[in-house]
Amino acid sequence: MKARSKRLMLVGGGVALLVAAVALVLSAFQQNLVFFHTPTEIAEGKAPTGKTFRVGGMVEEGSIAREPDGVTVRFAITDTAKVIPVTYKGTLPDLFKEGKGAVVQGKLENGVFRATEVLAKHDENYMPPEAAHAVEQAQKAATTLSQ
Amino acid sequence: MIPELGHFALILALVLSLVQAIVPLVGARRNSMALMAVGRPAAQGQFFFIVFSYVCLTWAFVTSDFSVQLAASNSHSATPIMYKITGVWGNHEGSLLLWAMSLSLWTVAVTVFSRHLPDAFLARVLGVLGMVSAGFISFTLVTSNPFERLLPAVADGRDLNPLLQDPGMIIHPPLLYMGYVGFSVAFAFAIAALMSGRLDAAWARWSRPWTTVAWVFLTAGIAVGSGWAYYELGWGGWWFWDPVENASFMPWLLGTALIHSLAVTEKRGAFRSWTVLLAIGAFSLSLLGTFLVRSGVITSVHAFATDPKRGLYILALLVIVIGFSLLLYALRAPRLAGGGSFSFVSRETSLLGNNVLLTVASASVLLGTLYPLFLDALNLGKISVGPPYFEAVFVPLMTPVVVLMMFGPFLRWKDDDLVAAARKVAPAFIASALIGFAVAWAVDHVTWRTVLGLFLAAWVVLASIQLLVGRLKERAGASAGSRLRSITASWWGMWLAHLGVGVFIIGVTLVGSLDQNLDVKMKEGQRAELAGYTFLFRGAVDADGPNYDAARGIIELSRDGRVLDTLTPEKRLYRAQGMPMTEASLDIGVFRDVYVSLGEQLPDGAWIVSLYYKPFISWIWMGCVLMGLGGLCAAADRRYRRLAAREAAAGAGQRVAASA
Repeated sequence: MKARSKRLMLVGGGVALLVAAVALVLSAFQQNLVFFHTPTEIAEGKAPTGKTFRVGGMVEEGSIAREPDGVTVRFAITDTAKVIPVTYKGTLPDLFKEGKGAVVQGKLENGVFRATEVLAKHDENYMPPEAAHAVEQAQKAATTLSQ
Repeated sequence: MIPELGHFALILALVLSLVQAIVPLVGARRNSMALMAVGRPAAQGQFFFIVFSYVCLTWAFVTSDFSVQLAASNSHSATPIMYKITGVWGNHEGSLLLWAMSLSLWTVAVTVFSRHLPDAFLARVLGVLGMVSAGFISFTLVTSNPFERLLPAVADGRDLNPLLQDPGMIIHPPLLYMGYVGFSVAFAFAIAALMSGRLDAAWARWSRPWTTVAWVFLTAGIAVGSGWAYYELGWGGWWFWDPVENASFMPWLLGTALIHSLAVTEKRGAFRSWTVLLAIGAFSLSLLGTFLVRSGVITSVHAFATDPKRGLYILALLVIVIGFSLLLYALRAPRLAGGGSFSFVSRETSLLGNNVLLTVASASVLLGTLYPLFLDALNLGKISVGPPYFEAVFVPLMTPVVVLMMFGPFLRWKDDDLVAAARKVAPAFIASALIGFAVAWAVDHVTWRTVLGLFLAAWVVLASIQLLVGRLKERAGASAGSRLRSITASWWGMWLAHLGVGVFIIGVTLVGSLDQNLDVKMKEGQRAELAGYTFLFRGAVDADGPNYDAARGIIELSRDGRVLDTLTPEKRLYRAQGMPMTEASLDIGVFRDVYVSLGEQLPDGAWIVSLYYKPFISWIWMGCVLMGLGGLCAAADRRYRRLAAREAAAGAGQRVAASA
């Protein structure tokens, strides 16, 4: 009987540890998901304010401007239908260029997206899938409208 | 001609791998020595042809034979010779060939170092390895032939992705692959043991050195990759929780669990079915990692392939391997009797806790890596799971792992007294709690994370010292030299690896708490201050390389008026691909790195310069080095060889008896 109760205690302890660990993982997962929105969705008010999310699209031509401090950058992300103004403080990735795809992560504040992270593609031929997706969605919407 | 020879050699290797996969297994079933004996030469012949094939491909790169498609897309006549050679694995097809070659190397190592294994067992091991090899070589040949010709040939190649033109490229992929693929040996041992129904302490002892060596390679590969990302990507991060990093980290976590559970299986005969599951799991995660990286489902510097056919092939391979092994497990595991029993307070329990936590940690990485892919594949929206999730999970999951690591070595196998154990552990515990607070207070950064990290690190260091002193006291009266010699290599291995964890925690905690960063616009002659250091920008000069144009910033680093170093970060433009690159410059020290990278040049001639102060960052890699050394010590333990010799003698005796 004693060996058996010992074993039960061991199994019970193991299961309790497992349950606690899994609960921890799932709650952390829930709290830290970062959703993705297209510029059109933001313009339609579907994006949350005060919560971190990602926006993807093209960097609009002629939109990159620097503040006098040199390190704060303003630019705009577009999915060809809507344009979202973005500000970012820091070094931009090497392949960040006007007219090319980019994904930014940050928060929306008073209609301006404050980016904490800017991601661009890794090589010349490659477009971030989120950016491609946003443009695709907008173009699909445009063709449905025109029909 | 040479590429065709390489192609032909690869086909021959495939044929031999099929022979190796089938004949020895049939032999083991029929108990035919002749058939079982085919495994060894087949494996060695396969290795010869794969190496030959690999050399042929390298030849195409080195001689700039741009009639070979792969060389044309990944090399250039002006590429430095080192990156022509390493460019072979800087792409999908070539890296698969490297995968197959490392598998073959491991297999040959098994044929050389495991002569003492029972013939039937070795035959089964080689058979399983042959199957895996056949899967990968056929994958290479069918979907990703590296010897594909490009007709007409182009005048010059497209060059290797500039991010990959770095010394890191020379060592990171081979180390990582040796680690990934090395778990196939542990896997093959587990499957062979399941087939024969002989899952015992001997099986665990045979597996241990192989698993540990694979783990050392994986540890080194991950550490080198992390160090490479740190200085190459230009913003001073050392781990990004990028899906590709996660792909290598998952098998590492499970492999770490496997090493510990193998110890229990060898010493106490317990955890047997669990150990088998871990061996299957670690190898499956290695395959999953290959799938994630090579199928193009995730996008990163590592993702070369975007052909869905390739992804499907690896996925099929993955499903077959996992499905087949789990089926075999389900059929055979119920027959396994449980091993030695143990009580709630015992070394077994602490290792069980370690296993549960490491497995959950591995699963949490899997969740964070795969869930976004699933949602995307099912068109349910796009999400990303970033560092905040992994950090939120890892601190609470790894803290108890470290605590168990402090208790485990002080506990006896089978049964121990909790109060006595607590009494042993208490002084180091209290001292390190005080040290944790004191150091956090001294560096003026009293957050719970910093205190916790410093406390754990101090505890690991103090407990390691206590453990060593205790061990040396065991043989009172003996001379110091003989006391030291009485400690086994595997004990030193455990000690070093655990100490490495402590060093690693110091690095992670301090760089996470105290690093500083400043992005600043600088004109020639301007100064900037960060963390007590002065950076004087002396302007930028042209510094063109063989296959790129570059601007090199000259930055004088000084502290308290004393010049320490001249840093030379570069902004390069690689000609063949028109791709810009940031090359950071570092002043490396034991207690801090100063890290500088160039941003872009503004129209008025000034540059954006990023300055970083990274305290104790090199301790992260020093910790990894200690863990790796620990693994090597453990694998080199004399007892594996001594027992091997004894078993070989016993085996030979049996054979003689059988034939007599």
